Amino acid sequence: MNESQAWARAYYRLRQNWLSLVGLVLVVFLLVVALAGNQLAPYPEHISGSVDTAMRFQAPSSAHWMGTNEMGQDVLSLVLGGARISLFGGLAVVVLAAVVGTMVGAVAGYFGGWTDEVLMRLADLKLTLPGLILAMAVAAALGAGTMNMVLAISLSWWPGFARLVRGEVISKREEVYVLAARALGAGSVRIMWRHILPNILSPIIVKMSLDVGFAVLTVASLGFVGIGVKPPTPEWGLMLSTARGFLPDYWWTAIFPGLAIFLTVLSFNLLGDGLRDVLDPRSRR
Amino acid sequence: MSSTLDQGAEMSLLHIQNLHLSMHSFEGDAHVLNGVELKIEKGQIWGLAGETGCGKSITGLSISRLVNTPPARYLDGQILFNGRDVLKLKESDMRQLRGREIGMIFQDPTTNLNPVLRVGEQIADVAYEIGRIAPEILGLTATARASQRKKAAQKLGVDMLERVGIANAAQRARDYPHQFSGGMRQRVLIAMALVGQPKLLIADEPTTALDVTLQAQVLKLLSELVSSSGTAVLMITHNLGAVAQICSHVAVMYAGHVVESGLTQEVLSHPQHPYTRALIAALPKPGIQRGTLSTLPGRVPNLIDPPPGCRFAPRCAQASHECTLAVPALVGKSDTHRIACVHVQPEVFA
Amino acid sequence: MLHYIVRRILLLLPVLLGLSMMVFAIGRLLPGDPVLLAAGPNATKEEVAALAVEFGLDKPVAVQYWNYLTGLLHGDWGRSLQSRGPVLEDLKVFLPATLELVLAAMLIAVVFGILLGLLAAVKRNGWIDYSVRLVSLASISMPRFFLGLLLQLVFAMWLGWASLGGRFPLIASPPPLVTGMLTIDSLLAGDLPSFLLALQYLALPAMAMSLSPLATITRMMRASTMEVLQQDYMLTARALGIPPGKLLRKYVLRNALTSTLTVIGLYFGWLLGGTVLVESVFDWPGIGLYATKAIMMQDFMPIMGVVLTIGTLFVTFNLLIDLLYGVINPKVRLG
Repeated sequence: MNESQAWARAYYRLRQNWLSLVGLVLVVFLLVVALAGNQLAPYPEHISGSVDTAMRFQAPSSAHWMGTNEMGQDVLSLVLGGARISLFGGLAVVVLAAVVGTMVGAVAGYFGGWTDEVLMRLADLKLTLPGLILAMAVAAALGAGTMNMVLAISLSWWPGFARLVRGEVISKREEVYVLAARALGAGSVRIMWRHILPNILSPIIVKMSLDVGFAVLTVASLGFVGIGVKPPTPEWGLMLSTARGFLPDYWWTAIFPGLAIFLTVLSFNLLGDGLRDVLDPRSRR
Repeated sequence: MSSTLDQGAEMSLLHIQNLHLSMHSFEGDAHVLNGVELKIEKGQIWGLAGETGCGKSITGLSISRLVNTPPARYLDGQILFNGRDVLKLKESDMRQLRGREIGMIFQDPTTNLNPVLRVGEQIADVAYEIGRIAPEILGLTATARASQRKKAAQKLGVDMLERVGIANAAQRARDYPHQFSGGMRQRVLIAMALVGQPKLLIADEPTTALDVTLQAQVLKLLSELVSSSGTAVLMITHNLGAVAQICSHVAVMYAGHVVESGLTQEVLSHPQHPYTRALIAALPKPGIQRGTLSTLPGRVPNLIDPPPGCRFAPRCAQASHECTLAVPALVGKSDTHRIACVHVQPEVFA
Repeated sequence: MLHYIVRRILLLLPVLLGLSMMVFAIGRLLPGDPVLLAAGPNATKEEVAALAVEFGLDKPVAVQYWNYLTGLLHGDWGRSLQSRGPVLEDLKVFLPATLELVLAAMLIAVVFGILLGLLAAVKRNGWIDYSVRLVSLASISMPRFFLGLLLQLVFAMWLGWASLGGRFPLIASPPPLVTGMLTIDSLLAGDLPSFLLALQYLALPAMAMSLSPLATITRMMRASTMEVLQQDYMLTARALGIPPGKLLRKYVLRNALTSTLTVIGLYFGWLLGGTVLVESVFDWPGIGLYATKAIMMQDFMPIMGVVLTIGTLFVTFNLLIDLLYGVINPKVRLG
């Protein structure tokens, strides 16, 4: 079966799996929101930080669907604005971790021997250390800012990808087409890039899709603790953290950002789960 | 709970009457058992022979009511074990029969033992449960305590392992299944099936997964064990050779129906049903010429949409219009030889 | 069997060594200058230089590591800026609280997870398949801190059944210190009222932590139980009269448990490092909270201490799981 047929079949199976379709729809919706957040928000000025103290703590109403917070800002607008950071932050983390992890794993798997041993011991040890705390430490040390936060989290994320890719490369390394390429004099990098990599793409993509949800969760976690992003940037975790003090009376300041995090992570997990069923033949039900 | 007794005759150990079973699947409902008729008396060793898919395994499982009745459905008929219809019993009553009255062995010794439990423990478990129903097997009375029963069950298990020919039984009982060879494992399974001294032993393809030398050993063991205890046996197999070796009686099945049954000697040397004849003719015999292996034309019928009347008719050289009218009944002058074919007159053969 | 145990324990040592090296490297590589921080904004150049010598930063890296390692083994884990005391002492105070939380959460998750998974596998139908999948995905998607807040909102604020935060009421006197875990210490002292009090405070944070592992364990248990139920040896056991209760307990459980066990081990480690947010929400004085404060202050020694502790516990616990594996699955230790 050739490439396009495989993809067509995969798409057919995905369609049969309606929970994942729901996830797909939600993810697309969220991406749109993240990209166009500022345009969609009813009060875009609040996203950039302007306040309206006269309208503090308004309960949800037709003017403010999600109510207003302690500074009179429209919660709905802030939630929409925060989508950008959470989503793109999560995506960036996974992409960065995947790239770094793939490089490390490919080198380890392809060359074997000492390189493999050393790199994998490193990755294994890394996995035993608490990822969240390390990410927090690095992010705090690097200073405030989205990029720093992404970098910090990716640092804890790459070993997972490295191990996956290493395993895949090892299994593909002895395949006939690799030996043929070597016999024709192709260099290692070329072999890895042109021959092995395209064939191990699907488990990498499956892992990436499964991880995005948790990456978003980690971004929000850092925001909750107050590391990474600084006010007035609307970040869901940060919003939740500030809203803590206003419970139970002004519950809407906390519930909506929290739900936003939950729904985002759930959508990506639904999609990732479905993708895994479709792309990974040994799917677990 | 009704019990039907044969009028004027002694009650058979097992009497399957007109059993119809339908199996639900994606494509439709398959009419897997189409009026199975079988009578087994005490001490008889029956072979139930036929091709893959003819329904012999399901018949065996039905006797112990191990077929799951959501996908399967019994449409008609009864399975009388000592006069009680198995299909109508409560599950708790059924459990009393299993192991104690009816023992079972399945095909593959590798997968039929629990890999994480010691062999001695597995057979002791069976003995323990039977000891609850029939304490005399363990040599105890009904008032025995659980701990006593456990010990007795363990001892009985080891004894049984010895009887099936496992040397150093007491020590080997502490081993795990993967430490036994295939043939040994099959012996263990036989021991487990016979530990309750059942009246009927159902063996589903007991030798298929073993190589030829082991096959002979296992068959010999089986016949020795049952001859001393008078246990009836129903051996399900597609191997007519095994049937000839140890079975006193044989029933041949095709597409869910018993087409011929009776004494092995009679049936194998004077087969009357066209299918049985074809089966026997297809067996390679010493001295035949190369290239003269005879085969049966056609394929087994689709059970979801079976042919009307006799299901063998489409492949039968002697088929006529009469064959499609109804499924032929299994009839004969006596139980020593019965045939289900409209073309064979019962008076023709003795 | 003994051979297997000894072998696995010996393998532990190089791993722990590697851990200490990694933690050391991380500590040194973290941006920010600990010397300047320790010295404070008003220090003179001489004072800074003196502190650098005291921290041992003038020596080559290998020597620094050696000093670090020997220090660890001698109980010198550095000093904490926030408590102004030895890190090891701080850890002794804060670690039991986190352990208590994690153990309680895992207890809930394992007990209910196994039961629910078994139930879902035995009583199967199409609807249960879908809902188990959906519910378990939803459970792992739920942010723990949000769940914690919700639990606080419902149970503490609206219903008033549990308390808002902390481990123990300030006015009550805690039981004598044995393990540092209030629930266990109360039981050991036979002090039932204290036990109930401690439980009341432990309940909500433990529930918040337990949802994610509960969902995963249920799912795994269900999958492996369904697989076991299909096996031939189950049919044989049934055919020979083994009753359903015993079947489930002895024949299904052990076989189905093996893959779930691995997940349990992994989750223990993840939870240990993941209590940060729940401790923050519930004011639970554990190492998560301790580490957070240290991070805010860029106080490195406590951070390294916490990271090293969690890593060590993780590796040790997984070793225990491996050993348990050997007990349950004979092929592993004999084969």
